[in-house]
Amino acid sequence: MCLILGVPLAWVLARTSFPGRRLVRALVTVPLVLPPVVGGVALLLVFGRRGLLGEWLDQTFGVSLPFTTAGVVVAEAFVAMPFLVIAVEGALRGADARFEEAAATLGATRWTAFRRVTLPLIAPGVAAGAVLCWARALGEFGATITFAGNFPGRTQTMPLAVYLALEQDVDAAIVLSLVLLAVSVGILAALRDKWVAA
Amino acid sequence: MTLSAQLAVQRPGFALDIELAVEPGEVVALLGPNGAGKTTTLRALAGLLKLDAGHITLDGVRLDSLPPEQRRIGVVFQDYLLFPHLSALDNVAFGPRCRHVPRAEARRNAHDWLTRVGLAEHVRKKPRQLSGGQAQRVALARALASEPRMLLLDEPLAALDARTRLDTRAQLRGHLAAFPGATVLVTHDPLDALMLADRLVIVEDGRVVQTGDAATITAQPRTDYVARLVGLNLYRGRADGVTVFLPDGFPLVTAVEEHGEVFVAFPPSAVALYAARPDGSPRNTWPATVTTVSRHGDALRIELAGTIPVAADVTPAAAVHLGLEPGREVWATVKATEVHAYRA
Repeated sequence: MCLILGVPLAWVLARTSFPGRRLVRALVTVPLVLPPVVGGVALLLVFGRRGLLGEWLDQTFGVSLPFTTAGVVVAEAFVAMPFLVIAVEGALRGADARFEEAAATLGATRWTAFRRVTLPLIAPGVAAGAVLCWARALGEFGATITFAGNFPGRTQTMPLAVYLALEQDVDAAIVLSLVLLAVSVGILAALRDKWVAA
Repeated sequence: MTLSAQLAVQRPGFALDIELAVEPGEVVALLGPNGAGKTTTLRALAGLLKLDAGHITLDGVRLDSLPPEQRRIGVVFQDYLLFPHLSALDNVAFGPRCRHVPRAEARRNAHDWLTRVGLAEHVRKKPRQLSGGQAQRVALARALASEPRMLLLDEPLAALDARTRLDTRAQLRGHLAAFPGATVLVTHDPLDALMLADRLVIVEDGRVVQTGDAATITAQPRTDYVARLVGLNLYRGRADGVTVFLPDGFPLVTAVEEHGEVFVAFPPSAVALYAARPDGSPRNTWPATVTTVSRHGDALRIELAGTIPVAADVTPAAAVHLGLEPGREVWATVKATEVHAYRA
């Protein structure tokens, strides 16, 4: 989901210039500095049953995001996407726009040029951004619990489970924490190899 | 596939206004100093730069409102811009693939093109594994493989070392001769222009200052830039019979009668230098001061200031004999038979 939304957003930020681009970039990166709980509150205000968009969504489609599995996805995407957008935008700015021009003179439309030339060139940046993004989402706590709640099997994520387990069964909490720790270390190790190799 | 174009592009501190006509099969070189607007012209033709005014017509079809991908104009960029993640073969097949040629056919076609430019054994290589000359040929094959209606080359040989340049230039000449459409190439190297092009268009400050075939331009330059390029001393003046009066009144005597506004040109090798005022046949004699001395082939090129600024070629022996060094005062002479005047 972050990839689908984030890569085009990064392209728009890196390759075009329109009034308000700075504002869009600021909005995209705001979750980086916002405490996740505040992010969750903001999401509730927008998508909640009485929220700005939530009320309209609820009435038109009968869709309600808060306290659902989809809500978890939205919350984690909201918090984690800036990592992807920033990584991909950086990679795009580093890539030479003239390759896209060369592709155009060979008959490639903008979309073909992006898919067949630009995307492969920035693939390492996209991959790194996606992994960072995923890692951030994995550890997400504040926005998720505020926006999606903590229902086992529906909206309970691993950090939430750890927090809950800590109050009831310390051993289970330690096991879950170790699993999370192993996954995180694994990801970071793989990523470092990639950066060193590149 | 006749090209006729009128290009006007405005930039802060720079205005391009160029008219260009190229016949099918003709190779036209845009020659000019750096910053003259040559590359801007090429980018405008390719559609990578928007025209502020004017038109581009190829075969009676207006191209100026079309995006670059619909113009079918092949471009060989100065640094080639081969896609680094694709093999030489896939680089060449890229154009046909964009026009929905099936993969197998596009690759077979690309293989043919690479064979034609002599790179059959390098098809699997990535651009960074190719030498400069090979990359240049892949770029040419890539541009030609998409069957363009017109070919544009931006400094096609500038990135090559002297030796590779010689071979590549000869091959490029062959491929350009085989290409049926109009070709426009941009260069700042007069040798490339003379070797590759049928006709030269000299561009200075965003404007065409002279056009013609190589022989006309080298014999009758019309600006200081062209004169320096082909190594002639050039002046402008008013002719009255065999005497041409330069703007400050200095008379130069020529061999052939001419009247009105003219250019006067003579080669540096026609200028002789003396320590004292010479007597005898040379009709054009004036005092001059040496400003610079530099090597020029086997001779020394002496730049002189004085009544008229002039470049002279002398042998090293003569330079030693005359004690030529900056600041030295000498007499310069040119025979009337060496001075060539033509209409401005």
